Amino acid sequence: MKLDSKIPEGPLAEKWSKHKFNLKLVNPANKRKYEIIVVGTGLAGASAAASLAELGYNVKAFCFQDSPRRAHSIAAQGGINAAKNYRNDGDSVYRLFYDTVKGGDYRAREGNVYRLAEVSVDIIDQCVAQGVPFAREYGGLLDNRSFGGAQVSRTFYARGQTGQQLLLGAYSALNRQIANGKVKMYNRTEMLDVVVSDGKARGIITRDLITGKIEAHSGHAVLLCTGGYGNVFFLSTNAKGSNVTAAWRAHKKGALFGNPCFTQIHPTCIPVSGDHQSKLTLMSESLRNDGRVWVPKVARPGLKAVDAAKIPEAERDYFLERKYPSFGNLVPRDVASRNAKYACDEGKGVGSGLAVFLDFADAIKRDGKKVIEAKYGNLFDMYQQITGDNPYEVPMMIFPAVHYTMGGLWVDYNLQTTVPGLYALGEANFSDHGANRLGASALMQGLADGYFVIPYTIGDYLANLGWSDKIGTDHPAFREALEGVNSRLNKLLSIKGKKTVDEFHRELGLTMWDYCGMSRTEEGLKKAKKKIQELRAEFWTNVNVLGSNNELNQELEKAGRVADFMELGELMVDDALNRSESCGGHFREESQTPDGEALRKDDEFAYVAAWEYKGDNQPEVLHKEELVFENVKLTQRSYK
Amino acid sequence: MNWFSNLLSSTLGRKLVMALTGLFLILFLAVHLAGNLQLLKNDEGQAFNIYAHFMTSNPLIKVISYVNYAFILLHIVWAIILTRRNRAARGPQGYAVSNNTSHWSSRNMGILGTFIALFLIIHLRGFWYEMHWGGIATANYDGVDYKNLYAVVDAAYSQWWYVTIYVVSMILLAFHLYHGFGSAFQTLGLNHVKYNPVIKFVGVAFAIIVPALFALIPIVMFLD
Amino acid sequence: MKITLKVWRQKSKEAKGEFKTYQLDHVSQDMSFLEMFDVLNNDLVKKGEDPVAFDHDCREGICGMCSMYINGRPHGPLQTTTCQLHMRSFKDGQTITVEPWRAKAFPIIKDLVVDRSSFDRIQQAGGYISVNTGGVPDANEIAIPKKDADAAFDAAACIQCGACVAACKNSSAMLFVSAKISQYALLPQGQPERKTRAENMVAQMDAEGFGACSNTLACEAECPKGISVTNIARMNREYYVSKLSSDNV
Repeated sequence: MKLDSKIPEGPLAEKWSKHKFNLKLVNPANKRKYEIIVVGTGLAGASAAASLAELGYNVKAFCFQDSPRRAHSIAAQGGINAAKNYRNDGDSVYRLFYDTVKGGDYRAREGNVYRLAEVSVDIIDQCVAQGVPFAREYGGLLDNRSFGGAQVSRTFYARGQTGQQLLLGAYSALNRQIANGKVKMYNRTEMLDVVVSDGKARGIITRDLITGKIEAHSGHAVLLCTGGYGNVFFLSTNAKGSNVTAAWRAHKKGALFGNPCFTQIHPTCIPVSGDHQSKLTLMSESLRNDGRVWVPKVARPGLKAVDAAKIPEAERDYFLERKYPSFGNLVPRDVASRNAKYACDEGKGVGSGLAVFLDFADAIKRDGKKVIEAKYGNLFDMYQQITGDNPYEVPMMIFPAVHYTMGGLWVDYNLQTTVPGLYALGEANFSDHGANRLGASALMQGLADGYFVIPYTIGDYLANLGWSDKIGTDHPAFREALEGVNSRLNKLLSIKGKKTVDEFHRELGLTMWDYCGMSRTEEGLKKAKKKIQELRAEFWTNVNVLGSNNELNQELEKAGRVADFMELGELMVDDALNRSESCGGHFREESQTPDGEALRKDDEFAYVAAWEYKGDNQPEVLHKEELVFENVKLTQRSYK
Repeated sequence: MNWFSNLLSSTLGRKLVMALTGLFLILFLAVHLAGNLQLLKNDEGQAFNIYAHFMTSNPLIKVISYVNYAFILLHIVWAIILTRRNRAARGPQGYAVSNNTSHWSSRNMGILGTFIALFLIIHLRGFWYEMHWGGIATANYDGVDYKNLYAVVDAAYSQWWYVTIYVVSMILLAFHLYHGFGSAFQTLGLNHVKYNPVIKFVGVAFAIIVPALFALIPIVMFLD
Repeated sequence: MKITLKVWRQKSKEAKGEFKTYQLDHVSQDMSFLEMFDVLNNDLVKKGEDPVAFDHDCREGICGMCSMYINGRPHGPLQTTTCQLHMRSFKDGQTITVEPWRAKAFPIIKDLVVDRSSFDRIQQAGGYISVNTGGVPDANEIAIPKKDADAAFDAAACIQCGACVAACKNSSAMLFVSAKISQYALLPQGQPERKTRAENMVAQMDAEGFGACSNTLACEAECPKGISVTNIARMNREYYVSKLSSDNV
């Protein structure tokens, strides 16, 4: 298989407009003859479904939540980047492009990223027109802030709930099309397989989560907007329901999976409080603007936050300030996370041992409690609600947590996977963030794909396909997929073993976190691979899923998702093993500079690793898409 | 007129009717109280009887009083309709445990209103009916005969149980007004950061002072 | 700590429900309320009993999916979402009664899971601004006073959890609907469809079978996002003015 990224020829700044012109169009009168399936209703899915319906296509949209508005995009806090240069501070499309490529540690495609930066400005216009209440200044114009260490203020925000407001905007557009009858919405419905026939995506198989009914839906194209796979770690900042099933089913039907090992670990999360922990809560990284990160110089196991004040200044190690004097506590997410891990590895962790202090005592002394409260009041309240500690009086405890997955289904410039007619949008694809995502860029990408890319690129495929080229749900391909789904569900229900689904999931998560988390070694990864294989074998003989398929059965839902996570976990380990360099969120201990920083190997690894599924228990085959950098110069990051 | 019946049959429209009739009845209470206070004048009921005569004979007052009767009925009937709808909205199964944080009177306007309606029947039968159709003795002031309603009131208020009913009913009315006054403004959409405190203050003051003065009359007359 | 749980169990929409009592002996006060349910469910599965179905997703207080009526209050004793409630809010040995939201317009699907699709339908009736993707003016073309933008945001912060309905003795959805109507009524972008929107959303709210507002303010007291009843007054205004002045006969 040869991977064709379909990046248009020509100068960077003209690629997208030229490409748009070259794409075939579907006659307006014919659009209503096409049916498009959209799976997932987060930023990417809701915006795509609404935009395609506005164009005249018939859309069927699916979400497993009880309402499309609950997709996990809703939880994004910080903001959305756009190269509007409203602040006159030197921002431009090119600078946003440059920052994103560099921030991704040179593992993203130039062409895609430039397009992303280009359409970012349209996103803001679109959202404002929909009534998204972005923060404004007293003069009535939009406010911006600098985010995640960016040198310019290009982040638009709606308090700490930007994702919520953007999703509600897209959801309102979706609602309008549902009311118009152009979108048929299926809530509480989970996609369990993709149907491929003649090498093209033809539809999907779904399960109604209330009745258990398995249904086939046929369409001319299928869009997967199903988010990331951070829950493979069990503990992550993702929603409990976030899963990889749709993407993984597509992978098994022929879609290549790109850079699966690229995961982002966010440094400022609330630490695990016990074995009962079900998810991790992120706190905005803006906290590092005023909080100082430290651990005791001499290990003090079990040190509580209330006793932190007893440690004299001389016995504290402000390790980020010590190692990175110029950036200090504001080093990028991956660096901050890794160093917290090192401190805990040395036994200097506080609390449970897996936490470091984030101390506001100096900031409160310097600026007064009022100023700190105005800046972080809601975060402090949230922290106190969850932990019971008052951060105005004692230092916070933080620890890194899995937050975002840069990897995903491999797509070309048109967002099409290697299966024609099957598209992946938003976090579900691998395309724009390389090995590390910058703050406030996830919302941008989700909406760019849904509002401004797919409405153009899908037309080209559909026009070439023709509206009559569609198969009915009575086609053998559908029947075969239906049977596959049914037999898998029945298998899960019939095992009746001794362990619960959550127990398997926790075990998988722990293995992934220990060996394929913040820092990875060849030895550890090999161990992880073996462990996952054993766990997977045990799962299929010893999992206990009660109840039947004909009812709301949340254990059954989880079981199917965890089964897919286990297969994905193994692929992540394979990918991490293969990539024996350190880049972005992927840190291989074998590849460090003499002073312990990540060492990229551009000669060997400046490519996208796209994996092809070859059948159960067969090793996946690696395909490489070489990355060509014509506009930016590859440099090593330094924050010393 | 489809839109108009739509308006009136909507939940918001029904509340609008409740608020408007409620506010009118609040106004009526104030006027009624002003008249009744004349019972306490030390003139053997002369001022009150002249006032009562005026209220039953002036054509304009008559029209207003018919509007008043209609609004009382409307307020009651609409309340019943709304309550039934609200009951239905709750569904068949109620909560086993409930720790509602709202004010008791706000949740029990229907019960309060029912007792007030019962009181109204007793009240109307005792005085209003007597005044219109009962055989009341007359009193003569400056050569003109007036029905001596004062004597009827005085006789009624000399019975302790009658006074008790009045006082208890006024307490219930106070609670009804305590919620109803401010609630009517909220329903009408008259909610403004500048005027909310005024509405709240006047509402509470009205709910306490007006029923208290109403209750004071039978108490004083009983003690006399 | 030890906890006695009385949980509403109901097999399906049609089935008759009842309370079941469960004993939990090893509850940590650092657990969230939903994690306590995870522990219960894990134990139940181990014992071969049907685990309790409940809605939840983000577990960080923003998706609005979690919805438990705990000891007589939606989302329990604190003004927050169920997922943000922690066991330290309860006493050792306490009995906790957990029920689903109860309203005719929120039929029970199973155990503590209810169907809130009525909220989606209300928004489909007009909770949007009719603009197509692309072809919109520059974002800074319309200046919006900060005060208005902030007020619109306050209304838009609603997470659609339905606690307002659960708290209301009339199962009224007015806090939710008024927040939606308010967001658009406060913004210049919302003006062209302002009147029709108010009329249609209220009509749909009534058609779904929600009750009327008695201004008890219980909704505001329980709303995890602090949505103000000022919005209800605004909705009333919007609706009356629209009904009396729009062209919709």
